[in-house]
Amino acid sequence: MKNTAVIFRKQISDTLKNKTVLIQFLMFPVLVVIFENAVKIEDMPEHFFVKLFAAVFVGMAPLTCMSAIISEEKEKNTLRVLMMSNVKPAEYLAGTGVYVFLMCMAGTAVFAAVGGYSGAGLARFIAVMSAGIILSELTGAVIGIMCRNQMTATSVTVPVMMILSFLPMLSMFNDTIRSAAQVTYSQQISELINGIGVSDVSAGSLAVIAGNLALAVILFIAAYRKKGLE
Amino acid sequence: MGYSIMTDGITKSFGENKVLDGIELKISGGEIFGLLGPSGAGKTTLIKILTGQLRQDSGAAFIGGIDSRRLSGEDRRRFGITMDNFGVYERLSCYENLKVTAGIYGVGKAEIGKVLGKVGLSDAAKTPAGKLSKGMTVRLKLARAFMSDPDILFLDEPTSGLDPVSADGIHRLILSEKERGKTIFLTTHTMAEAEKLCDNTALLNEGRIVEYGAPEAICRRYDHQRMLKIHLTDGTDIELPHSRNSAGTIAELIGSGRAETIHTTEPDLETVFMELTGKELSA
Repeated sequence: MKNTAVIFRKQISDTLKNKTVLIQFLMFPVLVVIFENAVKIEDMPEHFFVKLFAAVFVGMAPLTCMSAIISEEKEKNTLRVLMMSNVKPAEYLAGTGVYVFLMCMAGTAVFAAVGGYSGAGLARFIAVMSAGIILSELTGAVIGIMCRNQMTATSVTVPVMMILSFLPMLSMFNDTIRSAAQVTYSQQISELINGIGVSDVSAGSLAVIAGNLALAVILFIAAYRKKGLE
Repeated sequence: MGYSIMTDGITKSFGENKVLDGIELKISGGEIFGLLGPSGAGKTTLIKILTGQLRQDSGAAFIGGIDSRRLSGEDRRRFGITMDNFGVYERLSCYENLKVTAGIYGVGKAEIGKVLGKVGLSDAAKTPAGKLSKGMTVRLKLARAFMSDPDILFLDEPTSGLDPVSADGIHRLILSEKERGKTIFLTTHTMAEAEKLCDNTALLNEGRIVEYGAPEAICRRYDHQRMLKIHLTDGTDIELPHSRNSAGTIAELIGSGRAETIHTTEPDLETVFMELTGKELSA
């Protein structure tokens, strides 16, 4: 627990100096404030940009940040220094994971405020975003663990991130894409957010998210067993 | 057991390539031990095995009496390591870098200032580690290794690529740790560094220790090459064997006023290594 807190504090110290990670945390929360206030189109659904960008944010920020942080520490051998100082891999991953989660939840708070959610709608929004962030973090951690350096991690992260974050957006305009995207958690996150105040949480969405979570956990364990954190 | 570091027949191969072959070492407490060898001789592999980063194929290594394959967290606190490829958090300041290590070891923040002072980085405490010179980065890595006040220090090529002034500063730091009773395991391919710092050295070549002992003792063992170098007044040099047979010639040169200076030429570790392996240490 002590080492997890040390890693968490280290990541906090690094936040303002790490532009790659900082921009991921800020970009969509800032964009949503600007777009919601600046873009007014007739017949546009209420809080259209909140719903659109929240799903993109979930598919992009946690995934990119986890893979970037882990792969950078591997490339620069600072991770090995931590392991030699008796930081356990689980402690490192917990410290980093909690940091990314809380930073993304701060972004979620911005989305929630701009979207004007309250009561049960707010609780659902936060729960759905939390689930999406955790899933994306696991996916990002798998990439970070499997890749030897930042360049390799980026080349893997970008296509995965684009699929997860842009499918929900494209599926708004194309039914075929929407059908195909149903198997991804980011599409279900998007649909659950769009359904706030409109429809109940569907068992199908929960099943897909649970399935994606099980798959992410299996991949994470397999990646960790194969590569560890060295 | 009684030794700070002891190895018993360490062998390690990577595929078909045997990197270490039957390494036997006995290093006493408070000693600076130097492992010398050219690049690729197996020095870093041995340090990795000693510090539990790598498993040997056979044999055993003991650090403070504990098998290196069974080092616990508390055991690791007792030794500090700097390796050439160990990184620092480049965006964080020197102070923040050490704060991470201090947090892990449960060391008070007051200690960070003391350690920064010890390695001469007090003025750079707020400087991002990525903006430090190479010499200062080595000092920061040493500071990190010092944070838990370990009994044993493993320093892998600590002065590699440093200018002579920076290297001298690192040497002084190493010697001051020895004065505090620390055991220091040093790898280097610089013969002068080993001669300056080490109580004992081992010459490693192709995974085998080809010579072991105090640097002066090793050199004395290869004293058969000792010569007398005579610089003459006409600007030329002549070399004569350091033996009774040369006495007449020397007397004649001095008597005629032709000899300006006379020096003995003794073998150094570089010469010894060359004689043993046919290779240069710095290769």
